[in-house]
Order: sequence, then C-alpha cells, then structure tokens
Amino acid sequence: MAKPKLHHRVRKFVMMPLDWLEERSGLVGAVHYFLFRKVPHDTNWFHTLGSATLTAFIVQTVTGVILAMYYKPSPEEAYASIQNITNELTLGWLVRGMHRWGASVFIILLFLHLGRVFLFGAYKYPRELNWLVGVLLLVLAMLEGFTGYLLPWDQTSYWATVVGINLNSTAPVVGPFLADFLRGGQEIGTETLSRFYSLHMLLLPGALIGLIVLHLYLVIRLGVTSPPWSKDAAGAERAEVVTAPRGLVEPRPRGDGAAADVRGRPEG
Amino acid sequence: MADELEPSGESPEHEDPGAHLPSPTIWPFAFAGAVALILVGLIVSTIASVIGVVLAVVFGFLWIRQATREVRGEPEPVEAPEPEAVESEEGPVRIERARFLEGATLGLGALIGAVVTLPVLGFTVLPAFVEQGFPDVDLGPLDKYPEGEWRIATFVGRPEDGNVSRRTAFVRYNGLADQVPSFTIISNRCVHLGCPTQPQGPPGEAEEVKTSAAPVTLTPTQPSGFGCPCHGGAYDIEGNRVAGPPVRSLDRYEYSIKDGNLFIGAPYSVGEVTGAGADAVVVRYRWTDPGVHVDGPEEYLYPYSP
Repeated sequence: MAKPKLHHRVRKFVMMPLDWLEERSGLVGAVHYFLFRKVPHDTNWFHTLGSATLTAFIVQTVTGVILAMYYKPSPEEAYASIQNITNELTLGWLVRGMHRWGASVFIILLFLHLGRVFLFGAYKYPRELNWLVGVLLLVLAMLEGFTGYLLPWDQTSYWATVVGINLNSTAPVVGPFLADFLRGGQEIGTETLSRFYSLHMLLLPGALIGLIVLHLYLVIRLGVTSPPWSKDAAGAERAEVVTAPRGLVEPRPRGDGAAADVRGRPEG
Repeated sequence: MADELEPSGESPEHEDPGAHLPSPTIWPFAFAGAVALILVGLIVSTIASVIGVVLAVVFGFLWIRQATREVRGEPEPVEAPEPEAVESEEGPVRIERARFLEGATLGLGALIGAVVTLPVLGFTVLPAFVEQGFPDVDLGPLDKYPEGEWRIATFVGRPEDGNVSRRTAFVRYNGLADQVPSFTIISNRCVHLGCPTQPQGPPGEAEEVKTSAAPVTLTPTQPSGFGCPCHGGAYDIEGNRVAGPPVRSLDRYEYSIKDGNLFIGAPYSVGEVTGAGADAVVVRYRWTDPGVHVDGPEEYLYPYSP
C-alpha cells in the first residue's frame, strides 16, 4: 500500500487550488456553508420558485447586457437598432426574444413565489423583513417592465408609455410632478427615451441586485420554512441550532433576541 | 478598559515622565485657516486676502507664544485635569477622544456624502421641471385655411428635437372677428390619458404645405366631433366632452399671424367652451397633463402644478 489510491491523488490535485483559496479568503467554506446548509426535510418543489425567479433575473441581466451592445437609445435610431437586432444580427432574434419573454416569465415567477410564501405562511416571524424586501423587489421589477416597454420605440410602446405616464399624472397632488419627472419635461421627447433607458439598465437593476443580496442573506440567516402541513415543530433552524446539542422540549434561545417560541427541531 | 480603548504606542508617551508632549492647542488650525483665506482671497477678493494676512499674523503670534511658553518659563495653564484623567482607571479623556474621532468620521462622511449626492439628486430631478416654453411654429399661409372648414395640421413642435416632437392639431378658420382673423386650434391629445383623438368624419386628401420651418401636412375633414380610440372618449366640435372618461374639454393652442402666415403657439387647458366659432367663450387654465381636473371639486386634488 505504498501508493495512495488514484481517487485520493485526484482529489488532492483538485483540492489544492481550492485549499489555497480557502486559506486566503474563506470563500470555499462560505460557499460550502451556503450549499450544504440545513433545510427542513419536507421542503417540496414549491420551494424552488424563489430560485427560479432568481434564474429568470440572471437571464434578464445577461441578455440585457448583450442587447445594450447593439441598442441605440435615441429617438432617431432606437427603432432601427431594434429591427437590426431582430432581423439582421446572428441570433439577435433569440437574445431579444429571451429578454422580451423572459421579462414576462420573471414577473409571473415573482407572483408565484409571492403566492407560495403567502400560502405557506413563510412571511411570519421572524421573516417579516424578508417579505418587505420582497415587496420592494416586486415593485422594482414592475418598474423595470414599465421602463423597458418604451425602449423598442414603436407605436405600441410609445402610446402605452404615454398612457402609463398620464396615469401617473392623475395621482392627487404629486401626480403632475411624477409625470414631469418621468418624461423629463412637459412632453415626451428626446429626454424621455434616454431617461427610461438609464433607469431600465442602470438604476433599477442596481437596486434590484442590492435587494436580492439582502433577500438571500435573510433567507440563509433565517432558514427555510416547512410547509404548513409539516408535523415538525415550527420555527427557523440555523446552523448553530443544528450543531449544538439539541433539546426537543426546551425552547432554545437564538441570538440576542432570544425568541422563546422558536425551538430546535430533530434532524429529518 | 483604558488599555483596550487607546491605540498602542501612545500610552508610553503619557506614562514616561521624560517624554515631551506639546500641550494641545487650537492655533495651528486657526493659522492654517487664515492661510487658506489668503489663498482664496487671491482669486476672489483682495479684501479677503488682507483679512487673511491679519488673521495669520495674529494666530501665528498666538501659536508661537503658546509653543514657547515652556522656554519662557511661563507656567502651563489649567493642564492639570488632563493628566489626572489619563492616570485614572476610567480614562474618560481617552474615551472622549475616541468618541470625537468616531463622530468626526461619521460627520465628515455625511458631509462628503451630502456634497456629492445633493447636486446629483438635483440634476436628476430638477431639469424635468424647468419651463421649456413653446416656440411659435409656422402652419402655412392663411389662404390654406378656408373659412368654416377644418384642417388636420401635423407639424414639428420643436425643430431641434426632430420627429419626436411631431404634433397634430385641428384647425378651423372662423372668419374675421373685429377685423382680425379668428382661429379655433384644438389639440388632438385626449384629456383622458393622452391618446390621439380622431375627427369623426372622413378625411380628405392630405396636402404638404411649405412653411418657413419644417413642412406642415394639412388634411381637410368635416368632423361631427372628435373621438378617442383608446377608451372611447367623445368630444363635440368645440372640444367639449360628450361621453366617456375625459375630465375636461380638449386643450387648445394660442395662435398669432405674422406676414400672412398662421403661427401656432403655446397650448392651454380648457374647462368648458360655451358658444361656437369666433364667439365661443373659452374657460382657460394653465396647460396641464391629461387626466388632471381643472374645475369642479376634483380640482382641489391637484393644488400644485410644476
């Protein structure tokens, strides 16, 4: 047995750069913690809706970045550049189609995810803050839809945006100001398109990414909820609770808040 | 506790009686401020520079006076409480310094943040509310507008903006009123949500009319009123609402006549029109967005307008 087995050698070879990285950054451990954290044993397919929404968002980000390479946000060129992307550029129709239909998929998945969280009661203590962040994400996503709809600069998108902005203007007190801000003036003009483009591809995605990071942090910190029909004790399960010697009956205080009604659960 | 709070390397200086530590003083800061004032004054105003020189001399003198106090044998004034506090277990003076630095960091950070953010925020929001005005646009010679007939006029509102500022108005020549040509110019923008209204009647042959600016397209029509395709708003021939969701009458344009040509001016909003043609009495309001009430009790929902 002088020579170590092959798979041991392969493993050592593979792990070497990872060990190097882990020693200097702790990133491998962090990813490991994220991927192998404890979740309730009776999670089901409905719990994947959040990840599906995130995937749709990533698709929107990637396709959007590529479309931005060819799209020209000026009233003279916008429509022609969209025609160029769709009809002339290789696979442009596919990327634009992914972005266009992916937008609808993103919103639909957002609502399904919201419905899952609501029906499973996953918005309850201690996850109220994550619900609020999620609502903000929904609002931002719909603003993405509103600003993105103008960009093709065809008759449908132009008049839909006219009506959309004027709907805003009917809001009491602030309405006319809101409409002027969206238009960049009293009338839809050259300002409006570039303004919507900037909001659509810089400001709103930045805010979305920041809030998604916060959303995921809270998901990892607070853990995943069991479905309402679960026979396990309710409550969040954190890594500390899992690794600590557990008591089934006694409530286990967590963190500083020491929530009395959250107790550790047996491993599934 | 004091050991934890204070930075390492500082304590030996305090504890070692042989180490020399200059007493704290404000004058170097004041001196530096005065020098800065001199430099600013060189650009802005000589008077500021002179004041800066005076202040620099005064503060410089005070600084030197304090720095040489020990050499001149003058006793150090009220320095006693500080070393005492340093010696004590509580170390209140050092905590205060830590607090001061903490506050200074946060305060300076907030100040820098505000200095950077406020102009950006202002630039983001304020230009949208600047009154842009409406340039007078040439709609062609008066003889293109026969008395009592409607023309659908399509024109470029802002030549520098190009086609994105293309607008449509319904123009009718009402004949002479008090020796002055009278026109009714109604905006085609529906005052429900801003869709383009259409004349209720068959359009004739379009004619391109050369003007001093971009060419204007004139299409004759004999409408019985105006209707909006989006949500069914309907207006009579003077622009008053007949049916549907609009909240007021169709907007109108001011006009003027220069060198025998009709010029379209700024739009304004209309509450109600009584009468017709040249004799119509128009209740005018400031031009505002579609869907915004200008009269009736709902007017109070929109107390301010940009």
